[in-house]
Formats: sequence, structure tokens, C-alpha cells
Amino acid sequence: MMGQSLELEPEPAASPVRHLRRLVPGPAYAAVGTLVLLVVANALFTPNFATASNLWNVLLQVSTVTLAAVGMTLVIATGGIDLSVGSVMAIAGAVASVMLGRGVIVAVLAACVVGTLVGVLNGTLIATMRVQPIVVTLATLIAGRGLAQVISHEGELVAIDDATFMSLGRGHLGGVPAPVIIALVAVGIAVFLLRATAFGRYVLATGGNPAAARLAGVPVRRTLISVYAASAFLASIAGLIVAARLGASDAAKIGQSMELDAIAAVVVGGTALSGGRATILGTVVGALIMQVIATSVNMLLVPYAWSLALKAAIILIAVYLQRPRRV
Amino acid sequence: MEAITKRFGGATALDRVNLTLERGEVHALVGENGAGKSTLVKIMTGVYRRDSGIVALEGVPVHFRTPADAQHAGVCAVHQDIHILEHRSVAENIFLGREPTTWGFVDWRRMIANASALLETLGLNLDARATAGSLNTARQQMVAIARGVSLGARVLVLDEPTSSLSPREVAILHDLVARLKAQGTAIVYITHRFDELYAICDRVTVLRDGKLVATRPLAGLERLDLVCLMLGKPREQLRAGTTAFGEHRTSASAASTAIPLLQVEHVASGSKLRDVTLQVRSGEILGLAGLLGSGRTETARAAFGADPCDEGAVYLGERRITPRSPDDAIHAGVGFVSEDRKREGIIPELSIRENLTLAALPQLTRFGVVSRSKQRAMVETFMQRLGIKATSADQRIRDLSGGNQQKVLLARWLATSPRLLILDEPTRGIDIGAKGEIQALVNGLAAEGLGVLMISSELEELVEGSSRVVVLRDGRNVAELTGRDISQQAIMHAMADDEAEPSAPVHAADHLLA
Repeated sequence: MMGQSLELEPEPAASPVRHLRRLVPGPAYAAVGTLVLLVVANALFTPNFATASNLWNVLLQVSTVTLAAVGMTLVIATGGIDLSVGSVMAIAGAVASVMLGRGVIVAVLAACVVGTLVGVLNGTLIATMRVQPIVVTLATLIAGRGLAQVISHEGELVAIDDATFMSLGRGHLGGVPAPVIIALVAVGIAVFLLRATAFGRYVLATGGNPAAARLAGVPVRRTLISVYAASAFLASIAGLIVAARLGASDAAKIGQSMELDAIAAVVVGGTALSGGRATILGTVVGALIMQVIATSVNMLLVPYAWSLALKAAIILIAVYLQRPRRV
Repeated sequence: MEAITKRFGGATALDRVNLTLERGEVHALVGENGAGKSTLVKIMTGVYRRDSGIVALEGVPVHFRTPADAQHAGVCAVHQDIHILEHRSVAENIFLGREPTTWGFVDWRRMIANASALLETLGLNLDARATAGSLNTARQQMVAIARGVSLGARVLVLDEPTSSLSPREVAILHDLVARLKAQGTAIVYITHRFDELYAICDRVTVLRDGKLVATRPLAGLERLDLVCLMLGKPREQLRAGTTAFGEHRTSASAASTAIPLLQVEHVASGSKLRDVTLQVRSGEILGLAGLLGSGRTETARAAFGADPCDEGAVYLGERRITPRSPDDAIHAGVGFVSEDRKREGIIPELSIRENLTLAALPQLTRFGVVSRSKQRAMVETFMQRLGIKATSADQRIRDLSGGNQQKVLLARWLATSPRLLILDEPTRGIDIGAKGEIQALVNGLAAEGLGVLMISSELEELVEGSSRVVVLRDGRNVAELTGRDISQQAIMHAMADDEAEPSAPVHAADHLLA
């Protein structure tokens, strides 16, 4: 019996790709493979790439994108998109900078609350008014940038000199930069939410088939509002980190085109833009890929324009590798 | 087609299958799900490429690389899920990709004239300018067929064309098939319904597990023998009836004295549901009959809160629930299996486990965290109880056969321990084996005290399965049949009332498509 079945279905030759697919379940395998390849190639060919200080720098750089991209993953898993994350970052930075006079805790809380409210607004419009996510969040992208400038006194650069606040961006804990720790915590919570909770299943069900989800008793509206709120909350924290590192709130610049970097990380990481499938770890890998490219291109003194072309190529390759398989 | 073989990975989907079509023949293709019908059709129409074998059209070997290739050669398929551009007109759909042009611009007038002429020769009273999306399923199907005819189809494949049609619409379709047949078109007709096979098909080819079982003329082939060929079982192993509802009547009469479980009182909603009143008691299967558009599905959706009730009330036991959302109904103990498995049932990318436990999640959850062990136990219980065939609970539901998907959806509700289950076309598009299993399961559940409201357009299923049948027409309940009064004739009379007899298809055509 055994011999017969072996004859009928010969075990396919074990290629490296196949091994990887077995190790990394789901569509994220392509992203992991790419990242490993990039790091190895850079370690061999880019001078000073494989040094501890440079690797820490990569992680520090990637932490804000990761925060935004984790939220974006949840949103995209419901079949939506959130273009407003960059503007929300600017709003959070602006709110914190003007509120710092009342203490760090008040400033941080106020920034998170105001930022998250933008997300609640996004979610409510999308879930109850049935406006397309891309339209709603495009509106908040535009309006949010304006709001951030209004908050920070007509768009002036507001300097921040509170040491406690600045430690959000510049501090270390046991040698690990604070932003990296914050991003790791966010990733951990998101992975837990998606894998272990009812909320995670509701997210995937809503994205996979909203009509069926509703008929199965899934609280579709609540789920949608929650993911946009989560995305905005994480973007707020990313905005605080950027402001803390800059030592200033620059309402016109903070978080600019962050939404596109976040979407790129999600797509490269293997989450389907059509919704219903998501991998947080894939998104982290996707963000790392984009950052490693940016860093190494920078170190090799390649012109910036070329690094953009390289990023674009990576995105296209990632999407190509993840295309639905046909017979 | 000779000795067609197709493999997917390690699995052989078709193993040296032969199929010969004559001009002017309606050729039925039958077999349980997974028998290889769709694969064979897809090879015939250029969707898949064969691994070996010969396809010849009028004696000339052909190699279709794409569906467009096949269409140019005159081989067209109209699929179960109709592919149509909903926002474009009927004429545009018919001539899509081949629009008549003048100086490079689309000649609208000519296109509409051509389309109208074509529709007329096919005996279809359709407006070529109407938006395709505004037509009902039956008319959309006609448009798809008209497109095939306009492509000069010599071979037309109809894949379960009647699965969402009412009896009246089926008659129109059959009339159209007869016309095409008279014009010399060869038609491959895939269906699960025996009545249709015998009504319009000349020969039948039976497939099982990717192999050719037999090709026989239908005249003189007994139904029971055909079922035996499909299932690969000897005659004596089969039940006499074609549905698995058997000994239900006795328990139903006992239940008829009980307090109503579900009361729907004078419910109205939208334009289709005007005034429906009905009761379902614990332990009975109430059949809901009616033509398409009579308000069957709308009644079910209103009772479940999927669509709002504009007027009227819904009671569950003593309590007035009148659900405003499915959530309300689920909390009260109602489950609902939609007629449209793909659009409103499965979450395709999720596993069997997640699909099965989706409605019962609140029971499996503490502080928002799902208990893996409870979930696993629930999934194991129901997969075993319903005989769900899958490699594991982690398999994606979209990779299962229709019958197994439907079982998972039933299990989704049974897992919530409901008091009432609303089933809208529970056995549509499902192979005979799974169909019987689902019917037997529903029967057993009712015997255990569950109330069941079952919608079906298969009269046989209603007659054999229901303890009572309520017939709807134009959004109102017009008849209630109990016990011995339940018969196909009685239901049809109530559905049709003073309208034309269903045995006059041409007349019916005018009526439907007017």
C-alpha cells in the first residue's frame, strides 16, 4: 500500500523554496526569503552593513513604519485601506507639542485620544454610511494634515524640550531603543489579537465575505470601526515617536507619505489587498525589507532616485510571487 | 472527445473519458460532485488544457488554448454563476468584444437592432436596451445564452442552468433549448434534477470519480438505474424515494398540538413581501413553497432580521423578537442558512474550523480570547456528526465540495444550539449523496425537537420532507397544506392559481418576460 502510493505520488524534489514554505506557513514565505537574501547579500557586499550599530539603526528606523503598517494590516484584512495614517501622525505630534506644558502624561494621552478619534470617524463613516474606505481616508488624509497645522499654531515648527517626552524616541531600555520596544509590543499584541481572539476572527470574516459574516452574527460595524481606530491609535504613537526623535513637531512634514510605506510593507509581507487574509509577521518582514533596501542603498551611495526604483521592483516582485495560483 | 485525461498535481481528475455529441442533440452530463463534469467541460471550452486525448470538432482535431479560441470555433459555455456585466445593457452584453462599428465607433443603433432581432428569433421578449443587472436571474441566463448563439455556437454547454430558476422560468429555458436543438446545435446539459434530464435530454453520459461510467439514450433508462450508475451502487441498496426524508410524518402529527415556536404575523418588507403569516412548531419541518419572486426568501430574511420588517411582528415562543439584525435573531435562538452559499455563506479564505465556529464564537470565548480546546472539541463533534469529508479541520472551506460546504454551514448553526433553523434551498447544487445526508440530518433534528422552516424549489423535497407546507404567491401566504393534502399537484395549483398552466411553455414565456 505504502509503496503503491509512493509510486503514484512521487515526493517532489525538495527545493529551498519548498523548505521555506514548510517553515513559514502562508504567503509570507516569499517575503522571508527575500529578506534573508537581502541581509546576506548586504553582509557580504556592503561595507559596514553587518555591524551592530548599523543593524540597531535599521531596527530603529523601521519601528515607526512597523507601527503604522501593523494597523494597516488589520484594516486591509477587513478589505479596507487607511490613507490617513501619515496625517494622524502629524496630528498626534502637534497635539503633544502644544499640550506638553500640562505634563508628559496628559500630552501623550491627549495625542492618542485625538488621533484615535480620527480613526473612529473613518470607521464610522465607512461602516454606517457605506462610503468607500479609500474615499473616506483620502478625505481625512487631506483634512488631517490641515488640522495638524492649525493645532500647531498655523503650521509653525514647535520645538519640544521635555526630556521625558524625548525619551520616547531617543531613550533605551537595556540597550534596546525605546521605539523598537514599543513596536515589538504592538506587534505582539496584534499577533495575539489576530490569532487568539474572537475579534481577530471577526476581522478576517469581515474581510473575507462581509455579507456572510453579517448573517453569521459577526458584529461587522463594530469590527470595522475598531480596526480603523486601532490603525489611528498606532499611527498616533508613531507620530509621538517621530516628534520625540526630532525634538519638534513639524506638522507639515511628520508622517508624510507614511501611508504608502505602510501599505508597501503590508503588500510585500503577503497580506492580500482583497481582504480576508493577513499576516502581521509578514508585514514586519515587509517593513524590514523596505528598510534594508533603503539603508544599504544609502550606504552604497546609490542615488536616492535609484533606491525608489528598487523599492518599486521589490513591491512588484512580491505581488507577483503572491498572485493566486492558476491551473 | 476521446480518451481525455487531466491531472491536478497528484490527483487524476479525468481518466480517459470519451464524449461524443451529435448535431441537434441535447446531451446530459451527470455525476456526483467531483465526478469530473466541470473539468471535462472546461477542457471542452478551452479553460483547461488536457494532459492527453483528442478533441475533434466535426472530425477536425482542435486545440483550444483559451475560452476565446473555443468560442471562435463555436464552442460556448454558460456557467452556473452567470458571467454578465451588470451595469451594461443587454445588447452590449451580447456583443461584448464584437461590437458592430462604423469608422471605429460603436454603432449603437445597429447593435441594438441586431440584438433585438436575435432575441426575437430566440422567442425572448427582452428589451435589448435594458440594463442587464436589472433583470432577474432567469433573464440574465437568457442573455448569456443569446450571447452564445450570436457567437455562432455549434456546441453550447449549459452548466446547471436551472439551479436558480422557478418552474415557470425552467419551462422557458427548455423551450429555448428545444429551438436551438431544432437548429442543429449540440447542447451539453449539466443538471442535478432528474425531471429535467428526462424532459429534454436525448442521451446521458455518466461520470464517476473522473471515469466514464456509461453513455446511454435516456428513453428506456429507468431513473433508479441512472441513480445506480451515478452512485456506483447496485440497485437493491437504494431507497425507493429520491429524497432521504422518510418516516417524518408521524412525529409531525404529534407536534401539531404543541405551542408555536415561531410566529410570523402579517410581515411586510420592501416590494416583494406584502403580508405573510405563518407558524412553525417545535419538532416540525414547515415547507415554504412559491415561485421565484413570491417572497419565500424575503420571508426567511425578515424572520431572521437580515432585512428589516416594515410591518408586522415576529414571535419566538412567547416573546416578540421582530429582529432588526441577524444578531438579534441569533441571540433568540434562530439560525439561517442562505440560499447563496458562496455570497452569503462561506468565508472562502478561512478554514473549516473558523467557518464552523463563527456563529458560536461567543460561547467559546472568555474575555475575548477563544479557547482552542473548546473550539477543537466543537469542530470534531460536528465534523463527525455531519460526516464532513476533509483532509483536516484546517483545510480552507473553498476547497471543499458544495455538499461538504453546506454541511459546515449547517454545523455553524447547530453549534449555537438553536431552537429554530431557517433553511433556504438547503440542497441546491449539491450531489445526490450529500443531498440525502443533509435531508436525513434535518429530519433527525426535527425529530429531536428543533423547529425547521425549509424553503425549496424542488417540490419533491417539500412533499417528502415537510409536515406542513405554506404556499406563497406575490408576497402573501395563499395556502396551507397538511398531511395527505401535501402533493406536488396541490402545491403547483396553489402557486399558479389562476395563471397559465405550467404545461404551456410558450404562453408562459410571454408571461414571464413581458
